[in-house]
Amino acid sequence: MVEKSDIRVVRCGGSKINLRPSVFSTDSRFVLCASGDSVKVYSTRTEECLHSLQGHTNQVTGITLNPANHLQVYSCSADGTVKLWDFIDGILIKTFIIGYPVFAICVSEKHEGIIFLQLSMATNSKSECLQLVAVHLPKSAEQEVEAKELSAVCSHISSNPSCTALGRGGEFIAFARHLQLNVYFFRKQKTYSFSLQATDKKGAKNAFTCVACHPTDDCIATGHEDGKIRLWRNFNQKKEYTYSTLHWHHNAVNTLCFTPEGTHLLSGGIESVLVQWKYGADNKKELLPRLGGAILHIAASSDGQLFCTSHSDNKLTVIESNFKVCGVIQGLVKGDDVLTDLMIDPRSKALVLNGRPGHLQFYSLLRDKHLYNLDIVQQEYIYEAGLDQFEVVKAVFDIKGSWLATVEERGRKSSDLEFFLKLWAYDEKTQSFVLNTTITAAHTDRIISMCFSSSEETTMLVTTAEDGQFKAWCQGADADTQQDQNFWSCDFVGSYHNLKPTNCSFSADSSLLAVSFQEVITIWSPETWEMLTTLCQPPGEIRDLCFGRLSCSKYLLSTTNRNLCCWNLLTCALEWSTSVEVSKLQPDPLSENVAAFSYQSKHTDLFVFKPSEPRPLFTHKNVCSEKVHRAVFVPQEEPLNNCDESSQWLNRSQLYFLTQNMDLLTFNQATEEDRMLSSSKRLVIDDSVAVTPFYLLLGKHRQQQQNLNTPSYTGADKPQQPQGSATIKELLHTPAHVLPAASVLCSMFVNSLLISKTGVREEMESSEQEMDSEKEEEESEEEMEACDSQQELRAQGSVDEVTPKLSKAQEKELKRVRKTDFSWMAGLIDSKP
Amino acid sequence: MASFKPTKVQVLPKLGEKVTEDTLYWRNYKSPVQMKEFGAVKKIDFSPLPPHNYAVTASTRVHIYGPHSQEPIQSFTRFRDTAYCGTFRGDGKLLVTGSEEGLIRLFDVSGRVALRQFSGHSKAVRVTSFLSDGLRVVSGSDDMTCRVWDIPSGAELKTFTEHTDYVRALAPSKLNPDLFVTGSYDHTVKMFDMRSGSSLMTMQHGYPVECVLLYPSEALLVSTGGRYVKIWDLLKGGQELVSLKNHHKTVTCACLSTVDNKLLTGSLDRHIKVYNSSYKVVHDFDYDTSILSMAIAPHDEVIAVGMTNGVLSVRHRKHKKVNETLTSRRRRGPSYRVFVKGKNFVPRQDDFLVSKPVKEYLQKHDKQLKSFEVSKALDTALQIWGRTNKPEVTVAVIMEINRRGTLKNALAGRDEQSLSKILNFVLKHIFDPRFSQPMIMVGDIIVDLYKEVIPQSPSVERLLQRLMDVLGGETELQHELLQVLGILDTLFASLTPRKEVAALAAPPVDQGSQLQAA
Repeated sequence: MVEKSDIRVVRCGGSKINLRPSVFSTDSRFVLCASGDSVKVYSTRTEECLHSLQGHTNQVTGITLNPANHLQVYSCSADGTVKLWDFIDGILIKTFIIGYPVFAICVSEKHEGIIFLQLSMATNSKSECLQLVAVHLPKSAEQEVEAKELSAVCSHISSNPSCTALGRGGEFIAFARHLQLNVYFFRKQKTYSFSLQATDKKGAKNAFTCVACHPTDDCIATGHEDGKIRLWRNFNQKKEYTYSTLHWHHNAVNTLCFTPEGTHLLSGGIESVLVQWKYGADNKKELLPRLGGAILHIAASSDGQLFCTSHSDNKLTVIESNFKVCGVIQGLVKGDDVLTDLMIDPRSKALVLNGRPGHLQFYSLLRDKHLYNLDIVQQEYIYEAGLDQFEVVKAVFDIKGSWLATVEERGRKSSDLEFFLKLWAYDEKTQSFVLNTTITAAHTDRIISMCFSSSEETTMLVTTAEDGQFKAWCQGADADTQQDQNFWSCDFVGSYHNLKPTNCSFSADSSLLAVSFQEVITIWSPETWEMLTTLCQPPGEIRDLCFGRLSCSKYLLSTTNRNLCCWNLLTCALEWSTSVEVSKLQPDPLSENVAAFSYQSKHTDLFVFKPSEPRPLFTHKNVCSEKVHRAVFVPQEEPLNNCDESSQWLNRSQLYFLTQNMDLLTFNQATEEDRMLSSSKRLVIDDSVAVTPFYLLLGKHRQQQQNLNTPSYTGADKPQQPQGSATIKELLHTPAHVLPAASVLCSMFVNSLLISKTGVREEMESSEQEMDSEKEEEESEEEMEACDSQQELRAQGSVDEVTPKLSKAQEKELKRVRKTDFSWMAGLIDSKP
Repeated sequence: MASFKPTKVQVLPKLGEKVTEDTLYWRNYKSPVQMKEFGAVKKIDFSPLPPHNYAVTASTRVHIYGPHSQEPIQSFTRFRDTAYCGTFRGDGKLLVTGSEEGLIRLFDVSGRVALRQFSGHSKAVRVTSFLSDGLRVVSGSDDMTCRVWDIPSGAELKTFTEHTDYVRALAPSKLNPDLFVTGSYDHTVKMFDMRSGSSLMTMQHGYPVECVLLYPSEALLVSTGGRYVKIWDLLKGGQELVSLKNHHKTVTCACLSTVDNKLLTGSLDRHIKVYNSSYKVVHDFDYDTSILSMAIAPHDEVIAVGMTNGVLSVRHRKHKKVNETLTSRRRRGPSYRVFVKGKNFVPRQDDFLVSKPVKEYLQKHDKQLKSFEVSKALDTALQIWGRTNKPEVTVAVIMEINRRGTLKNALAGRDEQSLSKILNFVLKHIFDPRFSQPMIMVGDIIVDLYKEVIPQSPSVERLLQRLMDVLGGETELQHELLQVLGILDTLFASLTPRKEVAALAAPPVDQGSQLQAA
């Protein structure tokens, strides 16, 4: 039916940056973190992403600096490879093929050429038991090397990588699993194991959650499920080991980290408080509360000046050693479930969904960057496991983006449900949404769905709730109170035979409101609040409801768990219906197209169709293996012009959807992808010269010069090709130790920059004659000779003007002046206009 | 690092009627002073002269009260039968009364004996008044006539016999001394002119007319009778402007406030209603028994209301001076310049500016919540309630503690004194629909926590007993309300299908009457 299309499902941004601990570069200018199947390099100062190291084909599961070269980084991935990168330039140096999915990596200075990996050797990868394996990295010049020398250090280690740590510069390795702590000494080749009882008298849960080793001392810190931290000493004897306990956390300790000098121990847990314990002085601690999101990992820079905490809300926080937050790197926050739908902010075109608890997040898909969080609940969030707190469950924008309606809810599990309906107005001055109205008891039961009217003039909100009513809310509908005109109040309450409403939708011109009550669709006129007609559905509760747009505005689409029906509103008759289980129906706001995700036989298919005809424009079988409940059409930045029928629907807007595993996917065209790839490649070539202040100065100067002198210059594809590039290029690209001394090079280099424009030069000279330049005298004769030929050529014009008879002293003076370099003046003149 | 977000205090609007300027104005009266008369108070009239004494006609007496006196300063008692309608003249020096035996008496306000007696009516004279020149008296009687009398000579000038039933209402024109309006039980309101000797216009009120009233401009006429109050436009030849049906029993009296000319009507249904200029009810006074008469002093200083059981109820207006003394007594906060101290300093060019982080100010209970001291926070919140008598903050703190899942901890381990404080709070606010849910929750937890030790403390036990009693009463009330709702539902259910059938068969007029009957 549909020809084979080149449209593909592509993962698009917003991946987790908190999966594994981040790594500081040695100079602590950069912080690296695993993000999906790439490694991202962020600047600690500006919090911007410098570049991402792409090459892995599966989730990156660990990164660590190369102990032999601090500008290189190892990364391991679930695709069974370990890659070595130069992270400053973003160049892949080497790939080691392991052959088994790798789950974590650690290295040590003492073990040169060896990396320790956690692999799952078992054939079924789902088994929990992992093995710790030492891998000898083969030394060869090739790009791709297969690492075959694997030697198992120990098997049956915990799947949590923070339960394994190399201790004291690699003398031993400690790993914990459930209730047992094992320490393996490399020199003795011996394992000591210590076990705790599951619970003691007070009911403490003793299971290990994380392990950290002191960098210089023989001490292992372990975190436990009940919030205790134990410091183990003397563990090289089986019997005489001791431990001391630190206790502040009231939930499990997620992570532990010693500072590089070993003076402090950092710990973090679900409370979102970073705790700094002074090593040796028990119970002396400093707290840094309210970091946002449970702390998952802590990393310290090698100089101990910066810490980096990874949080459960997909965030990295950079903290100075005096406990001041100096940077926040925020990724797309993905909880267990998106309660609000995916939405597009009509103003910023940003993707909006619920992010941090009680917040809405605005995320730019184009730049793959978190824009800001909007605090909806405005209450202190208590970081405690199992606490039922307010959560944003519904949000909807009006068509212009000047109003936002949100519903927050609490106590869904228990009987006493609390919820608020809030309306937010866009404030031009602050460029964000400001709370306008809070409605405490909008309905007597949960709000199921809501929508704004789509007309430009008047905004109206319709909410449907489980109490069997739908309500229309208007701004300033209450005529009695004249002073608060801009607040929202209830305009109309409607119900239909006490049935529970399921969904509501406004037509494109807001002249009709459709509210579905279980199996019946009712059509209302929002002008008069008259019920115009009812449409009775084939059996099954209605899930989605949407009106057609533009030329298809006379159609109304509805889905049940078995059928997709299309009603003609002019004849009030069923136009067509198909039996397909649609899990999500999403209309494109810019065209007639409607996308339907159907879930059948354990995979999801996508159909794109126009309501006017039951034939789909585009089908994509097996989009993913999970159900799709959230999808959104995002307007394209610039409309594409595909003529191909099957890809025409992507011209105006792009379809994004969220699977149950919280992967954000999109449909992309191969050609477009190529275009983007090539553009990024070109960017890479341009940047091949290291960006230094010197380069910037030169490049700028060169560009200006070019624009001035040769406006009609039609070089190849590279406009910045330097004129006298040979010298400069040579200068910039020859290794520094090969070059002669800078003092020798200087004048040569400067001469190459000189502009041979005599007119300008003359004026210069006359005005600058008095200038004394003593430095020039010290210059060697050789250089003078080297410059002479050029100088004399240029000097001709000026000599003619000056009186021909000159004393020797004068001539000498003149010569010196001529030699003086005025090229910097040229720069000045150039910049003047 | 985010800062601590303080507890959000929900300000919920109070249920019930909205507060407008009118309600504030009419609510601004002191609680009424009640005086007992010998019989039903039929008429109250304020003297136009300051200090605005008022004449109260009840039984066989006419008493004159001073504006603040509890005892009559003057009384006219020489009536053989019931006296009616003691009315002042425009200069406040003369008073005219009608009586059951048909005589009209004219008194000097300072004297005791009648100056004149006009006889001629054959039945009781219910309404009397002076014409605006002050030289003539007009009277309406149960013998269906209206007569005009000359004061100097005591002679009868004219008799109008156009009414066909008792004349019970009378209003002389203040602009023209020859005009007056009468209302009668023959359902008509008539305007008479002394010069022509006959009625100029007749308006059909539709019910026996109890009271007529002219607006100061005399373009509008108010007539009351039955449950209706009707406004007539006299300039359009007596066209009906509006008909108001806000009372559910006969409207007996009407008067105009002297400020803004608001219309007030009193009725046998024990209410006085105040209307605004578009004739919507803006305020409602409630009285113990049926109202027969009402008068309002100039500048709305005093509202005097007479009732069927002989009680005269007088409300005085509150004055702002009282409020001012209250505010001056309250402690003043620090002055503005304390807050801007050092803030408006402009640094000079060479100055190196060291900015200090702004210290966020937190309420005491928020500080305690920040450090997870929930029990102390609850105590602080209760103190706030004790100080300001406003429950919003306390309830917000209770909700916040509940959200943190530590309400049980906060309520546990309390002594008798602090527990009874909480119980008092619960008792006071458990029926406020805004707060009932958290209050019930708190009550539940307290009973759960302390059920074993309650008998040790009699005061807590007493409080819990009271709580149980009021809750029992409330459930009974709810039960009854549900029953009423059921009755109403059956009524409506029986009405609606008949309406559909009727729409096909009977003309729609019948439906209307059916609905009215319902």
